Order: sequence, then C-alpha cells, then structure tokens
Amino acid sequence: MKITIASGKGGTGKTTVAVNLAVLASSEMTGVAYVDCDVEEPDGHLFLHPEITSQSDARVPVPVVDEDRCTHCGDCARACRFNSLLATKKKVLIFEELCHGCGACAIVCPENAITETTRAIGVVRRGRSDGLTYLGGVLNVGEHMATPLVAQVKEEITDDLSLSIIDASPGTSCPVIEAVRDTDYVILVTEPTPFGLSDLRLAVEMTRKLEVPFGVVINRAMDATNDLDTYLQSENIDILARIPLGRYIAETISRGDILVDVHREMRNIFQSLFKFVASK
Amino acid sequence: MKIAITAEKDSLDAPLDPRFGRCAWFIIVDTTSPEKFTAIENRAASAGGGAGVQASQTIIDEGVRAVISGNFGPKAYDALDAAGVSMIVVEAQSVREAVQAFNDGTGKLLDSPSAAAHAGLRRI
Repeated sequence: MKITIASGKGGTGKTTVAVNLAVLASSEMTGVAYVDCDVEEPDGHLFLHPEITSQSDARVPVPVVDEDRCTHCGDCARACRFNSLLATKKKVLIFEELCHGCGACAIVCPENAITETTRAIGVVRRGRSDGLTYLGGVLNVGEHMATPLVAQVKEEITDDLSLSIIDASPGTSCPVIEAVRDTDYVILVTEPTPFGLSDLRLAVEMTRKLEVPFGVVINRAMDATNDLDTYLQSENIDILARIPLGRYIAETISRGDILVDVHREMRNIFQSLFKFVASK
Repeated sequence: MKIAITAEKDSLDAPLDPRFGRCAWFIIVDTTSPEKFTAIENRAASAGGGAGVQASQTIIDEGVRAVISGNFGPKAYDALDAAGVSMIVVEAQSVREAVQAFNDGTGKLLDSPSAAAHAGLRRI
C-alpha cells in the first residue's frame, strides 16, 4: 500500500506527519518505508538519521546531434515543444536542462543524425532507520526538473514493502502530481489559516482529478470553528486527525526529535491515524 | 543589412519592447531602406520555458544579422551568439528611433547577457 502525504501550502507539517506516521507504523508492523519525494528539499533524514546503504545516479535522456550527418534543416528544433534545441545555419545547440526526454527530435530528423545519451540530475538513496526502510532522492542544485527523479525514487518501492509513506513536496505542480499518481490514498495536511485553506482547495482539486481517495489532517488545530472547518464540512471531506497548536511540539521538532517517541498524546494521535490507514 | 527590433506593437512608431525573449513583436527592416518593414508576432512570448531559445530560432530563420532590444537573458545570449547574430542595446523610444540609433552607431554591442534568467525588465 502506498500513502502520499501532500498539502498545497508549504510548511504545514507534511514531513512531521509522514515521519511520525512511518515511525509509529514501523513499531506496529514490518515492511514499512518512508519515501522522501521532496527531492529539491528533502528533510525526512533530519529526523530519521538513516544509515544509507546504497546510492545511485538518477539519469535522464538527452539528444546528441551528429554534426557530420546534420543538414541544419531545423526540423528537430521545430518539433521540440520545450525549446531545448536551436538550429543555427552551422550547428545545432542543445539546451539540456529544458529537455524532457520525449525523443521527438530523433524521430523527426530526416538524416537520422540524432541519438540519445543520458545525463545525471540527482541521486536516489536507500537506507534504514531501525526497522524502517528509508528511500529518498536529492536533486542536483540548479536542476530545473524534479519530476523524473520523483518517478525514479518511487520505482525503488519494492514488493516486499507492505506500507510506503511518501512525503511529497509542497504545491500542486508536476513533482507533486508524480508523487501522488498511482498511490492508494492521500493525506492532505493543512492548517487553519487563510493561506492554508486557499492552498488546500487547490490540493483537493488536484487530488480529485487524479482520482485518489483522500482525507485531511489539521495541523496546529485550534478549538474555535473557522473557515477551514466550514469548508471541510461542506465538501464532505474526512478529518483524520487534529494535531494541536502547541509550542512544545515546535520545540521537539526544532530539535530534530520524533514526536511519537517524546510525547504520549502525540503517540496516541498517530496511533489512531495509523489504525485508520491500516483499515484502508 | 537585415536587422530586427523588439517592439510592443507592429509599427515603426511602436515603443521599443525592452525584453527580447518575450517581446510582443519583431520588426524586421533593411537598414538601407528603413521605411519598409515586416512585423512578426513573437510566439515565444507565451512559452512555458526557453522563450529566449524560441525567439532566437525565429531570428535565425529570418536571416537577421543583428537584434536591437533592451534585455537579453542567458539562453538568448548563448543562442544568438552561437548563430553569429549581434545583440545591441540602444536608447530609443520607438522602433524608428532605434533604427536611426543603429545607423548612427550609437548603440551598445553586448558581449554577455544583460539580464539573469527570467529577469523581466531588470538589468544585471
């Protein structure tokens, strides 16, 4: 089973929920993995301190032009939807960072002058933190595209893993869609602020389009009813847990400690959340 | 000589568009008869990425030898430089004035990008 933790707004508590759920689950069953798909800014490892057992390059395809065969007709540049090829009268320039690896240029070239090579965009890492499997990706600094790396990290989820908790990046664009796609359930983490609600609406719309069932965890929840509660009720969205607003929680997190290991009431909250997840 | 000027509208009296990659129009003139012109709409203006690359491809396909604009970003610079197209920045309000400045030799020839990626109207 694959559960994705997403949000919309950044900083609402995805990693907090993902890490603590994974740690709690790992104390109740075997075959649990924490999967860090926030490849631009991974931070699960700051809490889990995994021992990394293997690391490999994540590579994407890019074109190579054989200038001896090239007649500079420009068909490749015209075919490219991502503007990564420029055909001057003397040579073809390739802007590799824009290339999406679709292969259209190689297909349209009338001289068969284009072949494929690969370039590294980041790394995929595998490790362990006590009984918990750790999987994650780190995108190279300056890289534009996180999505192919997110896909490669998810490919590391092997069949022997019974429960994988995927920590997505914030937002609702391509890397998040890649993380959420083809998973079994999404937990949307939100907070009772105007920005939190505004971004939650977008995340809900995205998740519904991807046709993955979902529920909401409210982080920094307060007692009074507010626009967030009203919205969730009117949309018939399940509230899976409420994590209270508390300075002690922020202090624990800022020390890099795991909430369920330090605070009884946090363990209880995540125990209920795990029971719900296990029932799915 | 065939040159292009980035413009906000498709006329010689149009204001100079200070951005190259996402300008509205390219006005193409022969400097020896500057009252005759061709206007090409810049389809790169709405590109998700690589606008400078796509705009440069248009320039190259038209056989233009020099481009007058305000800001050339890093991809546009590399593209036009590879194609041997000169990049020139002038002080001018309209396309007509820009062509005049070019003919008078008062423009500045660029040897590096004038702006960072996605800089809009900001200069380095």
